[in-house]
Amino acid sequence: MGLLEVDSLRVDYRTRRGSIRAVDDVSFKLEKGELLGLVGESGSGKSTLGLSIIRLVPPPGVIEQGSIRIDGDDIIDFSAEKMQSIRGSQISFIFQDPMTSLSPVKKISEHFIEFIRTHEPKTTKAEALKRANTTLRDVGILPERIADYPHQFSGGMRQRIMIALAITLNPEIVIADEPTTALDVIVQAKILDLLTELRDRYGMAWILITHDLSVVLERCDKILVMYAGGIVEYADSKELFRNPRHPYTQRLLQGIPNIEFSDQKLKAIPGSPPNLLNPPNGCSFSPRCSEGEPRCKSEKPQLLEVIPNHFVRCFKEM
Amino acid sequence: MAEKGETRGLLFGLIPGLKSLAERGSAGWMIIIGTLIVFTILLITALGPFISPHDPTIPNVNPPPNPSPPSANFPLGTNLLGQDMLSRILCGGSIMIQVAFLSVVFCFLIGVPIGLLSSYVGGSLDKTFTLVMDSFYAFPGLVLAIAIAAMMGRGVINLALSIGVVYVPSYYRIVRSQVLTIKELPYTEAARASGARGRTILLRYILPNVVPSIVVVATVNFADAILTAAGLTFIGLGVGIDVPDWGWDLSKGRELLPSGAWWVITFPGIMIVLLALGFTLIGEGLSELLNPRLER
Repeated sequence: MGLLEVDSLRVDYRTRRGSIRAVDDVSFKLEKGELLGLVGESGSGKSTLGLSIIRLVPPPGVIEQGSIRIDGDDIIDFSAEKMQSIRGSQISFIFQDPMTSLSPVKKISEHFIEFIRTHEPKTTKAEALKRANTTLRDVGILPERIADYPHQFSGGMRQRIMIALAITLNPEIVIADEPTTALDVIVQAKILDLLTELRDRYGMAWILITHDLSVVLERCDKILVMYAGGIVEYADSKELFRNPRHPYTQRLLQGIPNIEFSDQKLKAIPGSPPNLLNPPNGCSFSPRCSEGEPRCKSEKPQLLEVIPNHFVRCFKEM
Repeated sequence: MAEKGETRGLLFGLIPGLKSLAERGSAGWMIIIGTLIVFTILLITALGPFISPHDPTIPNVNPPPNPSPPSANFPLGTNLLGQDMLSRILCGGSIMIQVAFLSVVFCFLIGVPIGLLSSYVGGSLDKTFTLVMDSFYAFPGLVLAIAIAAMMGRGVINLALSIGVVYVPSYYRIVRSQVLTIKELPYTEAARASGARGRTILLRYILPNVVPSIVVVATVNFADAILTAAGLTFIGLGVGIDVPDWGWDLSKGRELLPSGAWWVITFPGIMIVLLALGFTLIGEGLSELLNPRLER
């Protein structure tokens, strides 16, 4: 049994113009201490998938079916109170924009005290601060800066503080939604190294949501590629890198610059993702796919385990 | 949490604080001057009963004729009843200030919680409250205050309530619009993702970020409330004739103006204008300092 098991999850946004299937029949497993990269372009449903794991899909989004099991318990059946007690303590979530993720009128210390007391109301201030100091040191922020306000920190430092908050209560799972997108490349690499380091030290599992395959390729254990709400490929990252099987993944990998071939032109994928209000029949990638067969336009391929632990949704592999 | 060192730091920090305020340009000076005016008037009013040379309510029989112009014995003259105007100026602010203060507190206690709740919950509750508040807003403020004051009768509390009702919608609107923005910001979402309950999010994350705007509205409203209070006492809806009050003196002085007794109306008028000006300066200065869009 995995730590987190998502099974045939479907999330719809019920808009006035019709239902938008943001997450379509997604199943995957997350083991203890695993680093999973969730890759997809804007609108592929990766953030919705992340938010549905803490059951905070913004309205009009609704989890229509499927199960999300943590340590065997389906959190879809949990009461709102039970969910609140899990968020932050068992599953933490880190948002994209570190500049506005901290309340501007609260000192860092107050954020920690508030957060720790949300889950452990009896904790004294001194105790909370002591724990805050430890985690701040873990993420590379000087503990004496705990009395400062968020605006006194840089973006990268704020994201470190967000990470510190997220791991304070030793959660089993941390979901980070594009944690480095708002930061520059150097800071991005440092933050990602930090996540790996924290995983090695504390053994929590991470779900790293990103639109940048190159960011997660070398750091994650497994990679899940999403397109138009569904999984198109799911495999160990090394395997995915060496033998990408879905045309979409192949094209994504071709889009990563390679320093060994300096004059190689990067190939873009023509077209844009489908309108989910009116999804294409058959394979959702078929309108942009260069290797399509006639049946791709009419029939929907199933996600198949082509070799152990390598799942692909494409007729080529059947 | 405040330690000894902190308090001392605060006291010694006051002078550099003023200096840095002055360096913030016109907004800083507005706050400094406004605060000086308001504090001086508050001080005068607080000490009034102890420092006034005559009893402001007892008519002075000599020297007739009344009203008498400013003289050595009565530096600001006397009114029709022969009461010393200086003493009436020194003592006449307390009712007005109490009324204005209480009405602002009243607005705060009603407008802020309703604004928070209504915008946070949203839906039909929000629509209902907005409709009610907008219908209050539609009345001309002074007319509404007069109507309510006439219904409720005399007294500081009644006056404060009738003025407060007029301004509750402004607080409601400001709070509501702020909450609508703040509740969509990532730190609110982050708080929710960290397991905080709705009440915690509202009181610990949203409210503290709304407070600066409410403070600005409150100071500006203070000036308004003072003018409204003066208006109410002017038309006789004040506390009572035996209590010295600038608004009351203003209305009595108006009758004497044709006979050339300018001093009865001028000095209470100046006091009311100064007090309102002081609060307006503070309010405008604060809103300029706190509004990042106006910052250069």
